[in-house]
Amino acid sequence: MVSLSVNERHYTLDVDPDMPLLWAIREVIGLTGTKFGCGIAQCGACTVHLDGAPIRSCTTPVSAAVGKQITTIEGLSPDASHPLQVAWIAEQVPQCGYCQSGQLMSAAALLARTPQPSDREIETAMSGNICRCGTYQRIRRAIHRAAENA
Amino acid sequence: MTKTPTIDRRAFLKVSVTAGGGLVVGTYLGALPASLAAELAGSFEPNIWVRIDADDSVRVMLTQLEMGQGVMTSMPMLVAEELDVAWNTITTEWVGADGRYGAGFGGQQLTAGSNSVRAYWRPLREAGAAARHMLVMAAAQEWGLSAGECTTDKGRVVHEQTGRRLRYGALVDRASRLSVPTDVPLKEPSAFTLLGTNVARLDIPEKVDGRAVFGIDVQRPDMLVARVLRCPVFGGTVADYDADRARAIKGVHAVVPVSAGLAVVADTYWAASRGLTALSDSVTWDEGPLAGLTTAEISRRFKEKAESPGAPARDDGDVDAALGSAATTFERVFEVPYLAHATMEPMNCTAHVQAERCDVWAPTQGQTPTHQAAVAASGLAPDQVFVYPTFMGGGFGRRGEADFVTDAVEASKAVDRPVKVIWSREDDMQHDYYRPYTYVRMWAALDADGTPIAWKQRLVQPSLLARNNPGGLARTGGIDFISVDGAANLPYDIPNVRVEYTEFDPGIPFGFWRSVGASVNGYVVEAFIDEVATAGGHDPYELRRQLLRNQPRHKAVLELAAVKHGWSTPPPEGRARGIAVLECFGTIVGVVAEVSVPSSATPGGAVRVHRLTCAVDAGWVIHPDTIKGQMEGGLLYGLTAALKSEITIDRGRVSQANFDDYQMLRHNESPEIDVHIVPSTENPGGIGEPSTAVLAGALVNAVAAANGRRIYRMPIRPEMVRA
Repeated sequence: MVSLSVNERHYTLDVDPDMPLLWAIREVIGLTGTKFGCGIAQCGACTVHLDGAPIRSCTTPVSAAVGKQITTIEGLSPDASHPLQVAWIAEQVPQCGYCQSGQLMSAAALLARTPQPSDREIETAMSGNICRCGTYQRIRRAIHRAAENA
Repeated sequence: MTKTPTIDRRAFLKVSVTAGGGLVVGTYLGALPASLAAELAGSFEPNIWVRIDADDSVRVMLTQLEMGQGVMTSMPMLVAEELDVAWNTITTEWVGADGRYGAGFGGQQLTAGSNSVRAYWRPLREAGAAARHMLVMAAAQEWGLSAGECTTDKGRVVHEQTGRRLRYGALVDRASRLSVPTDVPLKEPSAFTLLGTNVARLDIPEKVDGRAVFGIDVQRPDMLVARVLRCPVFGGTVADYDADRARAIKGVHAVVPVSAGLAVVADTYWAASRGLTALSDSVTWDEGPLAGLTTAEISRRFKEKAESPGAPARDDGDVDAALGSAATTFERVFEVPYLAHATMEPMNCTAHVQAERCDVWAPTQGQTPTHQAAVAASGLAPDQVFVYPTFMGGGFGRRGEADFVTDAVEASKAVDRPVKVIWSREDDMQHDYYRPYTYVRMWAALDADGTPIAWKQRLVQPSLLARNNPGGLARTGGIDFISVDGAANLPYDIPNVRVEYTEFDPGIPFGFWRSVGASVNGYVVEAFIDEVATAGGHDPYELRRQLLRNQPRHKAVLELAAVKHGWSTPPPEGRARGIAVLECFGTIVGVVAEVSVPSSATPGGAVRVHRLTCAVDAGWVIHPDTIKGQMEGGLLYGLTAALKSEITIDRGRVSQANFDDYQMLRHNESPEIDVHIVPSTENPGGIGEPSTAVLAGALVNAVAAANGRRIYRMPIRPEMVRA
């Protein structure tokens, strides 16, 4: 049995401690906003926060998340009111949308530690998140917008 | 389920009609609970596309599926413009496999070929216009007026002289009794009030908080999850295996043979993957005839094919005579690799096969191919198979296939439970239907002034036409019109032009990849015309303008891209520019690329792209911001391919496996992109693909402008560009 705290709720799961956190979140807990993209921490689609830090849940075993606060896209705000979610809509960022949960979680971690990021800081923080639809320019704009409105 | 009193809807409608129609319905319903009111109120469905309910809500049926290209917004906009309703009353519903909805592609329901707006703008506008006409008729009857005295205003019929107004919702019963008109006139583009505006896209809110359901997110009661182990060599089959290896893994339920290999069915993806790893150690394969194939061998065979003339897709003037007598002639060879689609969401599908029905939830570009695959795999009748499309995490042509559907249906049938098959990234990368390898020879002849007088292209490529229609090439004189898109329709005014096509398939699976034929020809044609210009002593931009003298739309796009970029002013120190223009799927697109080529001492990619300026003529515009988004995304899709992507074959299998060795463009490599739309009253062209096709030409032309190096092979490697 593994105890996890996800979006401020406690779960006790009967899973192998080596199971990647991604699959525990998606298939055992049932929160499917966090996405599977590569399984080797190359694309960032699975990004969640562990005690506020962005991590790749596809390569993080559940055992490494025990005792920590896990936040997923569903827990970023109760009602899509996080400044980044508002900015993502204002800039009409998503196309297919599949990578955007991960993009938002990486961006939220960035703004939490760097409230007014430069373009360079955005590039550095966001380059682990691939978007195949090519929404990078809009993401950059949306992060700046959220920083201004925060 | 909440329990509500049941009243027979037809009986109620009869009552309401007897009592005097829509107005009475509205009054009566005011006293009922809302849910019951909606159930009872009746609705107006003048055609398969639109339904108006008594509460004024408008439901638009979507047969075109959403992969980021914006159809979930553009399709209902077409209806709403003609119907004249407020945008916030629109809701949408995806339709499953239903032959009534197919348009284009021989009546198939297929979201492909940048065809959604092109195939559906007229039927959807006609549907909205017919519905509006009937609502006006209904109100006129109600008021004892003629329809010509009434007009509409955002969901209401209005009689201006008396100020009378009726909500559409109040007219649903009376309108339902009218016959559906044909030939209702459509608005002139100048009268559009909704089309051409940037309403907020309907799919975006659920894509910022994790609610959007992609295929991989589908959950069914009692569902299992499967992975499929495939032979790494294309065409190979299972010879022997030990299922106990996988079954020993906790959470694994079964190992079942499927057409593609062996499905490991488990409680979770993780358990299925662990089972698959264990199983793969026990499998022996019959690798089949391709087990020795390599990319070098593939290239050699293509080169051999290109030695003989192909079937002429275009033959103007006398190319060979001109090539034989011109002042200057030259030949170049271009090669492009196999490319994976690499959608962010790996292939997946959920199916539940039961005794007399089969339900399929799929992130698919085509209800028709999904339905056909499920019928075949389930063994059920077509009317027993139901398809539920979901959002797609990217498509790019990959999801027009149905191999992932077959996996899920076969696995569910075998274990008698709902099964979701999920491909790993490696499965997805190594078992794609790749953009085909292509070998192209180009010849040009220049007169004494350096003006091109002959142009010859010989294209060798596997045939998508023959793949989709076996024997089809026999009916086209050997020409694949898909392959020569962007080649046979060369826009440049050159007196002698020949374009030849030769079909050749070395056996690697191939398919439709964003911009398809033009993805190759856009690069080759635009790179070669640029070289022709400089070889003849002409400015590449000025020569294009001159040769586009009979192509005003191309010329306008080219000029707009150049002007908006500042082509006439020198680029910043250390940078160079290239330009390209083409037509793809009915849209003309041009782009200027501004690049620098790092010296050999600089780490990183071969070329740094700083700015892209794009101009596009896509006809009259439905949603400008969606066009901009598709141009931005399509350019970066093309840029990833040109700078990074190559699927290579070794021993009959794909050498690349994941995003570490098949890399994607990232934030820090993404240039600034400006998109400019040419105002146009032409009918709409496609927007999802054309910009992908135009990127590589502008990029390689910028490299040539930087240091004279011409690029004849994709992707651009550092050693190709360093002077």
